[in-house]
Amino acid sequence: MMQEELKALEVEALQKIKEVTDERSLQDIRVHYLGKKGALTAILRGMGKLSKEERPVVGEVANSVRENVTAALDAKKTKLEKAALEAQLSKETIDVTLPGRPVAESGPHILTQIIEEIEDLFIGMGYEIKEGPEVETDYFNFEALNLPKNHPARDMQDTFYITNELLLRTHTSPMQARAMQHSDKSQPVKMICPGKVYRRDTDDATHSHQFTQIEGLYVDRNVTMGDLKGTLDRFSKAMFGQDREIRLRPSFFPFTEPSVEMDISCKSCHGKGCSVCKHTGWIEILGAGMMHPNVLEMAGYDPKEFTGFAFGMGPDRIAMLKYGVNDIRHFYTNDIRFLTQFHHG
Amino acid sequence: MFVSLNWLKQYVDISDITTEDLAEKVTKSGIEVDGIHHIAEKSTNVVTGYVQSCEKHPDADKLNICQVDVGDETLQIVCGAPNIAAKQTVAVAKPGAVLPGNFKIKKAKLRGVESSGMICSLQELGIEAQYVPKEYETGIFVFPEETAIGEPVESFLNLDDAVLEFDLTPNRADCLNMIGVAYEVAAILDKPLNLPEVSVSWEDQETSELVQVKIEDTKLNPYYAAFIVENIEVKEAPLWMRNRLIAMGIRPINNVVDITNYVLLEYGQPLHAFDFDLVNSDEILIRRAQENEKLTTLDQQERELNTDNLVITNGKEPIALAGVMGGHDTEVNENTKRILLEAAYFDGFSIRKTVKQTGLRSEASTRYEKGIDPSRVYAAGLRACQLLEQYANATILKNPVIVDELNTDEHVLKIDAHEVNRRLGTNISTEEMGKIFTKLRFAFDVANDEFTIHIPTRRGDITIFEDILEEVARLFGYDHLPYTLPKGTAKGGLTERQRLKRYTKHFLEGAGLAETITYSLIDDAQIKQFISPDVQKQQPHPISLALPMTEEHKYLRLSLLPELLSVAAYNEARNIHDIALYEMGAVFISKESTLTTQPKESLRLSGVLAGHLIQHPWQQASVKIDFYVAKGIVESLFRYLDIEVTFVQAEIDQMHPGRTAAIKIGDDYVGYVGQVHPFDQKQLDLKETYVFDIDFEKVLELYDRVPQFNSIPKYPSISRDIAFIVNSDVHAGDIRDVIKSEGAPLVKSVDIFDVYEGEHLEDNQKSIAYHLLYQDPERTLTDDEVEASYEKIIAKVNEQFGAYVRS
Repeated sequence: MMQEELKALEVEALQKIKEVTDERSLQDIRVHYLGKKGALTAILRGMGKLSKEERPVVGEVANSVRENVTAALDAKKTKLEKAALEAQLSKETIDVTLPGRPVAESGPHILTQIIEEIEDLFIGMGYEIKEGPEVETDYFNFEALNLPKNHPARDMQDTFYITNELLLRTHTSPMQARAMQHSDKSQPVKMICPGKVYRRDTDDATHSHQFTQIEGLYVDRNVTMGDLKGTLDRFSKAMFGQDREIRLRPSFFPFTEPSVEMDISCKSCHGKGCSVCKHTGWIEILGAGMMHPNVLEMAGYDPKEFTGFAFGMGPDRIAMLKYGVNDIRHFYTNDIRFLTQFHHG
Repeated sequence: MFVSLNWLKQYVDISDITTEDLAEKVTKSGIEVDGIHHIAEKSTNVVTGYVQSCEKHPDADKLNICQVDVGDETLQIVCGAPNIAAKQTVAVAKPGAVLPGNFKIKKAKLRGVESSGMICSLQELGIEAQYVPKEYETGIFVFPEETAIGEPVESFLNLDDAVLEFDLTPNRADCLNMIGVAYEVAAILDKPLNLPEVSVSWEDQETSELVQVKIEDTKLNPYYAAFIVENIEVKEAPLWMRNRLIAMGIRPINNVVDITNYVLLEYGQPLHAFDFDLVNSDEILIRRAQENEKLTTLDQQERELNTDNLVITNGKEPIALAGVMGGHDTEVNENTKRILLEAAYFDGFSIRKTVKQTGLRSEASTRYEKGIDPSRVYAAGLRACQLLEQYANATILKNPVIVDELNTDEHVLKIDAHEVNRRLGTNISTEEMGKIFTKLRFAFDVANDEFTIHIPTRRGDITIFEDILEEVARLFGYDHLPYTLPKGTAKGGLTERQRLKRYTKHFLEGAGLAETITYSLIDDAQIKQFISPDVQKQQPHPISLALPMTEEHKYLRLSLLPELLSVAAYNEARNIHDIALYEMGAVFISKESTLTTQPKESLRLSGVLAGHLIQHPWQQASVKIDFYVAKGIVESLFRYLDIEVTFVQAEIDQMHPGRTAAIKIGDDYVGYVGQVHPFDQKQLDLKETYVFDIDFEKVLELYDRVPQFNSIPKYPSISRDIAFIVNSDVHAGDIRDVIKSEGAPLVKSVDIFDVYEGEHLEDNQKSIAYHLLYQDPERTLTDDEVEASYEKIIAKVNEQFGAYVRS
């Protein structure tokens, strides 16, 4: 009898819970059925009249009813709360397609990026960075590099002279001589020198009277040409990609002997030949060589005991190749539409 | 240097290698092949033909009707060339022929007369007009009489030749001639070498009966051979020789001139032929020119000479500028019967000087400047005599007159094979090394792995061990050298200075400024502009180039701002109005009016700002650039670097008088920030523009790379706000400084959070509000202490600025 009553109560309560649509009414239902003065309590008051045998059976039913109703109430409460929050949030909706508030941001010049990338590569191989003066002496720019006055190879470099003895450096190579002279000869000299250089050229798409160079130098006992080759190979693969092929060709520089020019396989045509590589499949990247004994000697080294290698490359040219820039003047015109293209390298 | 492969084939067998492979091998062995050219585009169906008859066209004055035997048939061809005539052998494009430029030849009627083909000029066959001999320039080409009929013209005219363009480095003057190239190619390909054999039939008469040679200075002219060549018949050179000259980029003239040019290309030895009757003297004297002495050279220019120039004279007056160019008056011409042929060695430096002074450069001077083979001077003369005998029917007097002080000794180098391997990092056997020297045709002995090498005189570039090292390496192949890395250890890394430069650049880029790199060389007006007081104080004297290329790039900059402002104007002109740029670079400071020592290269950090730093209009949150934006960037940078700076109102040339602050560290000026003077803005085509300029050397000097740790405060802080009403001309920063000093040590920071003028205030008054933070690291402060300090500050500010607290 009491069990039926309890069952009926459960059915009725669950039905009401199902129908309710707001939290307040739901709370009323909770109080109505489960509160101290609620319907369930009222029924249970009659428990005392039951026999010893019936009491636990009815008790179990009563507990089950309480649990089921409580669970339904809780579930409904969660559901209603969630619905309320959703309604609230939908009112807070904004137009996410409107632009965000930008932070000011900008970046390094493309040549700085190339230079720093190269610096970091060589730092990783134990090189120091040295910076030399842009106004050089004739001695360091030429003579100390085995280019005495009237040497025909001076014609290869048109020079901005200030006086007979002072000039704008035509290459970063003077730092070879300076670094070696400053060394106490007890430690290897292992450095690269990036910087601005100047030539008496008329500015056009491929010439600039001011451009940048990076010089590299390693002097020690027992430096071999194989070491030069290995170093250039490691640098080039890191800089241009593992898939690029490298070619060394004999060349001539007054301050190195043997001398080397290094080409990498053309990225545009993979060595087949195209307009970028002038149909050769190769692109010239740098010049290098074993230190000329005269240069070592002038810097105070005994060329019988010490050997070394040097290399030089042009970040402008590398940047032009890497980013497909077709006119060197872009680097120095500083059109903001150009500068901002390369802010992430 | 151009290299005709058809010519090269005579000396080295290159039949088993493609032109491209040869170019690649030569390039990889040390001479860059810059390009492969073909003499002419391919043509088909062009054969030699014999003009049997040539008659005027009845209806056209300028046309002729020719019957031309082309071997298997006779073609009637109407020809308009002015030099067409019967009994000529000519190049005939038969009907169906295709000429360069895809020009197809068909049968046609010309003024009513059938014409089956075309008689061709050299230009029509694809030869560049500049190399076509003058006599054929405006007409058809005429072959020598003995030429076979009905044969394709390609080989007769060398049209199938390919030419390699060698980009020679200055050390490889030995390859400025075909024999030198042949040595190089034979070494690379490991092939035998077949050089021309030279012999001359001498006349009985002694040369010395007709001429004597005297040299004033045998340092400048250590060798001179004078050959007398008689009974010359001046005419066309043989076709094969003309073909080769054309292939090498030289226009044929006549047999005598062509032969001297040919031998120049073949041996690398400049020769000169004087018309001996015009020399009109039995004496040749080589001396320095006298000051202002005159000579008209072959190009018909009168040259004024000086004592640096070496001249060939007939004992009285100059007849040639030695080693550079012959004289006009003694030039070989069609009436020449006797020549004096000069084969000489002139000092390269002396020739170089003359070339620089006169601006006159020739095939001859180029070779002297770079150095010729001393052993080949006489041989080349002999070769020319042989060719003159053969192709000018000439006779040669015996015992040419020679003055010889020339050193032709071979350089001898002792080379240790182990040392070669040690330097290259290789393991080349002594035998293999010997093979390399054999390929190079260097004579050598070897004992105990030591080579004694006799360097041929043609390789004047090889003087030291390292030169041999290069020869071994390049013929061994740079490709075959090992890849190793240096074994020595060295510490790498950035210095503090370099690191700080990078930090600073990253900071500014993070703040929205793009890095620029501008030119260091600036113009007359720019050199005087925007010079910072700290630079001005050093009394710099502008440094100018001795020979600037343009007026725009004449002086070494004293400030980065003139160029940065040009960049700003450049961008403004292209409708880019938001400008935030900086540059870090050197200025060049010297007090000397004539530079005797290197100037101080002082690193500066400068920036230019205009328009908006941030564009965010829809929320009205754009950041328009004004003085405080510019100053804020500078202030933040110094805070980031942990360097204390102060800003003081300053008047600086070309800057806005009220919106410019000098930046000071202690008592030293380190730069400035402010608005460009509106007058200058207008002059420079700029809108409202702000700049900053900082002496970065000073920053580098003061930067302390290891700031010491300050413990995080354990005790709470107390804050107080005060607003002062002051006269408008009082500087907010000055009050802040007083609050700081008066509140020390309890006042930790003072921030200005409001400045107000207007309603509720008198006209000449403003209110400035400060936020004070009190803190003691050791204990909790009491309200009473703070209150006492607060009152003290108010009293002091009132006393110093007449300020009272706004309630």
